[in-house]
Amino acid sequence: MSEKIGVYICHCGLNIAKTVDCKALAEYASHLPNVTVARDYQFMCSNPGQEMIQNDIREMGLTRVVVASCSPLMHEPTFRRAVAKAGLNPYLFQMANIREQCSWITQNRVLATERAKDIVRAAVMRVNFNEPLEVQKVEVNSNVLIVGGGITGIEAALQIADSGKKVYLVEKEPTIGGYMTRFDKTFPTLDCAACILTPKMVSVEQHENIELLTYSDVTDFSGYVGKFTAKIRKRPRYVDEDKCTGCGQCEEKCPLSVPSEFDCKLGKRKAIYRPFPQAVPNVPVIDREHCLYFTKGVCRVCEKFCAHHAIDFEQKEEYVEVPVGSAILATGFDLFDATRIKEYGYGRLPNVITSIEFERLTHASGPTTGKIQLKNGKPPESVAIIHCVGSRDKNYNEH
Amino acid sequence: MNKAYDKSTQVVCKALDIDLAELNDWNCCGASAYMSIHEMKAHLLSARNLVLAEKEKKDLVVVCPACLTTLTKTNHYLAEESRFKRTIETSLKAANLQYRGSVKVRHLLEVIVNEVGEQEVKARIKRKLSGLKVAPYYGCQLTRPFGEIDDKEFPVILDRLLTWIGAEPVDFPLKTKCCGGLLMMTNEDVALGLNRNILDCAKQKEAECIVTICPLCHMNIETYQGDVNKMFGTDFKIPALYFTQLMGLAFGFSRKELGIDDEMISSRPLLEKHLEVIG
Repeated sequence: MSEKIGVYICHCGLNIAKTVDCKALAEYASHLPNVTVARDYQFMCSNPGQEMIQNDIREMGLTRVVVASCSPLMHEPTFRRAVAKAGLNPYLFQMANIREQCSWITQNRVLATERAKDIVRAAVMRVNFNEPLEVQKVEVNSNVLIVGGGITGIEAALQIADSGKKVYLVEKEPTIGGYMTRFDKTFPTLDCAACILTPKMVSVEQHENIELLTYSDVTDFSGYVGKFTAKIRKRPRYVDEDKCTGCGQCEEKCPLSVPSEFDCKLGKRKAIYRPFPQAVPNVPVIDREHCLYFTKGVCRVCEKFCAHHAIDFEQKEEYVEVPVGSAILATGFDLFDATRIKEYGYGRLPNVITSIEFERLTHASGPTTGKIQLKNGKPPESVAIIHCVGSRDKNYNEH
Repeated sequence: MNKAYDKSTQVVCKALDIDLAELNDWNCCGASAYMSIHEMKAHLLSARNLVLAEKEKKDLVVVCPACLTTLTKTNHYLAEESRFKRTIETSLKAANLQYRGSVKVRHLLEVIVNEVGEQEVKARIKRKLSGLKVAPYYGCQLTRPFGEIDDKEFPVILDRLLTWIGAEPVDFPLKTKCCGGLLMMTNEDVALGLNRNILDCAKQKEAECIVTICPLCHMNIETYQGDVNKMFGTDFKIPALYFTQLMGLAFGFSRKELGIDDEMISSRPLLEKHLEVIG
C-alpha cells in the first residue's frame, strides 16, 4: 500500500519566507512521490497551523506527515503531539529543518530555495520508512560500573555509593590510587597528595556499597540502555585476599629484587610486592614474570614464611559477570613516550627524566627519600625544564 | 676555503669509486638571497638544473645542504599539479626545456653512508683518527624541512660516518641549530651570537674540532671565530673541517691534496696528535 504523505511548509513569519520561496517549495513538494497534499502557512506551530494538519489527516486519510520548519529541538514534540491527537502514530511524523542551516545562513533566495527543496525531498523519502513506535517504561538497573581506580574513579565511586547505589570499581593494577599515589604535592594548594588520597582509598575499601575488583579488567560489556552486563577478568594474585593480613613478611623474605614500576624503575621492589605500603587492598601480588618459582621452579620462600597460609601458587584467573545500568570510564592517561623526540635525549642521556620520574625523586617516600639527585648520586648543579614535551606538536600528537 | 671542499670531495669520491660528473652548463640553485626576493624565479633556476640533469639521465648529488633543500623543494612542488607547476613549465618552455620529474636530489654524505656503506669506507682507511673528538655539525638544512635523510631534529648519519673513520663524535645538542647563514652579511651581531652558541657548545663538550657538511656553516664557524671572540670576549680557537677532509685524511691523502693548508684556524697540532698510520 502506498503512503499518503502530507507536507507542510512553515514561513516562520519571515524567518524562512524571507529567503525561501515557500509557495514554490510547496508546489515542488506536491509533486514528490506519495505526496497527497502540500501546503504552506505563516506559522505552522500555531493553533490554526496544527489544526490544518489534523484536518488533513482526518479528511484525506494521511498516513505520514512532514513539516518543514525549524529545528527538531524546537518543535518536534509539538508536531508529534498534534498528529497523535488526530489519530496518527507520532513517529510517523518527520521534521525537516529549513531554518537554522538553510534560510538563516544566506540572503540568496535562489540558493536557499534550492537547498530547502533538497531537505524537504530527503524528509519525504525518509518518512516512508518511519515505523510506528509505542512508548514503554523499562526498569533501569541502578548499579554502576566504574573502570579505573585512580582519584577520578575513587571520587566517583564514593559519591555514587554514598547516594545508596551499588558500585563495582575495577582497577587493572594490584592497588587503587592511580597516578596520584606517586605524586608528592598537588597543584595549586601544595597539599600533600597522600593525605588527600589515602583516606579516600580506605573509604572505598570499607564502603558497604562498593565492590572493589583490583588486578582485574573488563573484557566484555553487553546489553542495552539501563541494563548491561559487564564481564570482568580477575587476574590471579597468587595470594588469597581473604586470608592475607598484609603483614609484609613475604615481601621481606622474598630473595628477588627487581626495578619497581611504581618508582619508575628508579627504585626496587620484590617479586612478591605491594606497589607501596598504603596499597588498597593491602594484599601483595606475585609477579609471575620474575618470581623464581614461576621462572625456575624453585624458592617458594614466601609460602614458607606466610603464617596465614595465604600464598596460593595454583590460583587461576577468574571471570565474573556483574549487572549494571551505567558505566563510568575513568581509565586515566599514559605518559608521552619522550624517547620519540630524539633531540631531548630521553633514554639516551642518563639525567634526562620525565615529570613523573622527577615527582618520584621529590617524594618523601620515593627512591631517594625526597632528595633530588643525578644518577651518580650527586645533586645537580643546574636544572633545565622542558614544558609540554610532545603536546600540541603535530609531529607527535595531533591534539 | 670552499675550494677545499671541492678538492677534498673530488679526491674522496675518486677513492670511493664514486664517478662524479659535473653537470654541463649548471647554474645557481636559487638559494641564498634569491629565495627571499623572488621565490618563483629561484625555483625556476633550480628547475633548470633538474632539466639539465634529466637530459643527461643522471641524479643530482650536491655537497651543499642549501642546494639540496632548494632543489628538493622544487622537485616536490613540481611533482604535484598546481599553478606553481604550470608557471614553471611555461617558463621552461620559453627556453625549449621540459621536466618530466625523474631526477633524484641527494647530499654526498647520504650517498656515502647509504650507497657506499660502512664496509667500503672502512676498507680504504690507511690512517686512523683514533680518539679525535669531533662535534658533528649538520646545520639547519640537511634534514629540514623534509626529514627524508634522517631525524629532522636529531640526525645521526654524520655521527655514524665519523665513527667508521675512527673519530669520536661528541654528544652535540646544537647539531642542527642555525649558524646564521647569510645573516652574517645583513645582521652580523645576531649571526655572531648564533655562532658563539655553537662554538660554546662544542667547547663544553670538549670537541677538538667541528665537522661540517655545508660551505656556508663552515665559513661562518671558521672565518668569523675571531669576530665572535672580539664581540663576546671569548677565546675560541676551534678548527673546522669538512667531513670530506677528515675522510681524506683517514684515506691517507695529504693536507695539501685536501685543501687543509688553506684553513684559518690550524688543525695541524691536533691532527698530528691523533693521526696514526695503520699497520
